[in-house]
Amino acid sequence: MAELAAPLPTWRRMAANGRVLWGGGFLLFLALVALFAPLLAPHDPLEQDLMLQYVPPFWAEKAEPGFVFGADNLGRDILSRLIHGSRIALTVAIVAAFAAGLLGTVLGLLAGYLGGWVDAVISRLVDIWMAFPAVLLAIVLVAVLGTGLHSVIIAIAVIDWTRFCRVVRAETMAQKEQDYVASAVTIGLSRFRILVREVLPNVVPLLLVLLTLEMGIAVIVETILSYVGLSIASDIPTWGGMISAGRQYVHQAPWLLVLPIVCVVLTVLALNALGDGLKDTLDPVMRK
Amino acid sequence: MSAILDIRDLHLDIVASRRRNHILRGVSLDVRPGEVHGLVGESGAGKTMVGKVVLGIAPPTAQVTGGSVRFDGGEITHMPDRARRSLMGAGLALIPQDPMTSLNPARRIGDQITDVLRLHLGMGAGEAGERALALLRDVHIRNAGRVVRQYPHELSGGMRQRVLIAIAFACRPKLIVADEPTTALDVTVQRQVLRLIKEMQENAGTAILFVTHDLGVVAKICDRVTVLQAGRVLEHGPARRVIEEPEHPYTRALMKATPRYDRPGDLLEPVPPALVDELNAAAAAYDRERAGA
Amino acid sequence: MSLGFLLRRLLLAIPTLVGVAVIVFVLLRIVPGDPIAMLIGPGATPADIQKLRELYGLDRGLLDQFVLYVGDLIQGDFGVSISLRQDVMELVLGRLPITLELCLAAIVIAILIGGTLAVAGVYWRGRWPEAGVDGVSGFILAIPDFLWALLFILFVVIFAFSGLPISGRLSHEIRFDALTNFYLLESLVRLRFDVFGSVLLHMLLPALSLALPLSAIIARVLKSSLNEAMTQDYVLLARVKGFSRIRIVAREALRNALVPTVTLTGVQFTFLVGGTVLVEKIFSYPGIGNMAIDAVINRDLPLIQGLVLTFAVLFIAVNLLVDMSYAVLNPRMRHG
Repeated sequence: MAELAAPLPTWRRMAANGRVLWGGGFLLFLALVALFAPLLAPHDPLEQDLMLQYVPPFWAEKAEPGFVFGADNLGRDILSRLIHGSRIALTVAIVAAFAAGLLGTVLGLLAGYLGGWVDAVISRLVDIWMAFPAVLLAIVLVAVLGTGLHSVIIAIAVIDWTRFCRVVRAETMAQKEQDYVASAVTIGLSRFRILVREVLPNVVPLLLVLLTLEMGIAVIVETILSYVGLSIASDIPTWGGMISAGRQYVHQAPWLLVLPIVCVVLTVLALNALGDGLKDTLDPVMRK
Repeated sequence: MSAILDIRDLHLDIVASRRRNHILRGVSLDVRPGEVHGLVGESGAGKTMVGKVVLGIAPPTAQVTGGSVRFDGGEITHMPDRARRSLMGAGLALIPQDPMTSLNPARRIGDQITDVLRLHLGMGAGEAGERALALLRDVHIRNAGRVVRQYPHELSGGMRQRVLIAIAFACRPKLIVADEPTTALDVTVQRQVLRLIKEMQENAGTAILFVTHDLGVVAKICDRVTVLQAGRVLEHGPARRVIEEPEHPYTRALMKATPRYDRPGDLLEPVPPALVDELNAAAAAYDRERAGA
Repeated sequence: MSLGFLLRRLLLAIPTLVGVAVIVFVLLRIVPGDPIAMLIGPGATPADIQKLRELYGLDRGLLDQFVLYVGDLIQGDFGVSISLRQDVMELVLGRLPITLELCLAAIVIAILIGGTLAVAGVYWRGRWPEAGVDGVSGFILAIPDFLWALLFILFVVIFAFSGLPISGRLSHEIRFDALTNFYLLESLVRLRFDVFGSVLLHMLLPALSLALPLSAIIARVLKSSLNEAMTQDYVLLARVKGFSRIRIVAREALRNALVPTVTLTGVQFTFLVGGTVLVEKIFSYPGIGNMAIDAVINRDLPLIQGLVLTFAVLFIAVNLLVDMSYAVLNPRMRHG
């Protein structure tokens, strides 16, 4: 069936979808910025110069040439810090979303396909998970695991696998009732094979959409953890860390807070737009 | 005697995504005060749309492209909203098709009768409550005092249709549009509800535009009848005459396709497809002619 | 709705609570840092440390600790906070009212904004206000509560909007010897309107930050259920009765559209409660959310435990309330 619906129309639909275009375009831009950060950044993001403390951005009167967005409380170049900050944001978004997706999908497939006590246990687990405040759980987890990139990613995956699990479980149960699974059973395929070969491909469009949206959530959670001071070591620039400093010095230099927030908001908006756009164009079942 | 409802050469199109479908092609009919006027046709003939135009509840995609609808002497097709609303309920009312979905599931029966009384007759809560009880008794609902406090899901379909009839007659309207009011009911309940409508209509002297596909119902309740096919009037006249001696072959075919209470033994024949094709072709020719003119 | 239904729901909540308790325990016992070392200054003798470890039961085996922990929980004993050296239960219950009042204010704001947006979108269906409502709710939804909080602070600072406080709960100039921590309620009962106004003003921005994402969700769900209700036959009959469009939306459609909205609002409300953790921190609002972050940073195990469990109980309670509200809203469920 999937072969008959040639891939070209799907791509066409995507290319014609405004939300996919702007969301995807912005992310591509961000990825390039992150990739070439050392080349693009005009200064070393860690270089302090107390002479440059609180230099305002270019639109203000006392702006310093070469420091387009000004400098922070330690005289570090904001633009360079923002550019380098995109690396952590994107890394966490991609790796954490995939980790959460993998964990949730495996458990969701098992619960939905096997049913019985496996389903009961996994569903109960999801219920318990939902009874935790996600933000608090993330903070506790990172406090337990110790700060660092790994901890942040593990924390996000451990918290947000339930999103994937619930959706994949429901979809698997629905797909299980379809004729093609029944015929696969009659041919004598093993359960595992049916799960991987027959059910999984039908869940993939849905997963892609969820992954995109999850990346947005991951960016936010990373920002939160950085804000609380529990993310990456403080000598690596992150948007959340910049926001945290910005809140501290908001009365002296409000732009310290503005610019990283704009970066986070734009990234999250772009990911949401891409996710919604994909939902509209990718999957024929969801389009209905 | 001047007509309470006078429809002249009514044209209506449904416009949906750049396609324009002709639904009504010059419908004319008149309903006199105190009469029951049957509007008969198969599904898709446009009979329900006529009722909706009269009530001002045609969907936004429907466009009246010509003709006039006069109610009680005044044109109502392009009436401003506010004037239209004061006409509704009081002068014009509806007995809907499906009693299961036409009452609000979240509101008590009593409130759904009193609201229209309070809006149009300016009654206070107490007076409207009394009047609602009387109306429920009029439609032969026993223990009306309990029913006013109940919710729709606690009543049977027949009971709900009685409530809807009570609502329709609440403000003593001059004209009621009854849109297939018995179609959704059991056969036994159908006959009771028909008898009730007739009884209420005779007592109040209300005119009814009775929209139906069922010529058997027409024979029981209507004074005059208009036969509609593909948005065109094929035949009209006194109900007895149209049923006993139909002039148009389509009406004759329709008669043969309808089970009749008075002749239970008759065999039913479907309307011949050739005849329907011929009539649809004539309707298409009419469209071309109108487009050319 | 019967009492049996309620009891069944309550019983179902128990295994969830037990699961939460177990996970909290497991999580916190693998903490790598030694909380006692953080608690005591560098000058402490090993004997001092040993005494404290015994005091908090940290010297025993994991299984013993678990038995002790469950036993204490059942008795309502959450232990003593390591950093604040006070009974955890007392600390949490003392601060809980602050957060409850904040959440309540937030949900009221969310319902007001979301409801208005939804009704406006339905009333002007197919015209530009509807597109506006969709655009606005989409944008509001994309930005999480804590970013709204920061944006509001920025707004206040940049426009030097000194009328709106961005930290604390009550103006320092006002003296108020409170009997409870429900300042809003208490000031109202005691007719201290200066206190009431100040508390409300301090609450405004944090509550709005928490409310905005939820209001967008309410707007979306309510709008689509209202639109669906507006196509029903009873709405057609109401039009024939001659009622105005706004009255039909409010009287006929709204009630029927509320059930799906309440379901979703209930689920989302738990996210709002979770959001207090960060929003309270940002606005230095002295509720349990703010306390939770401090507890984590200080590695105050008993306090973290107590707070996480409190949040879990709150979440479960909200879901119970939502289940019960169906019966009130839907007459079909009231009997049988």
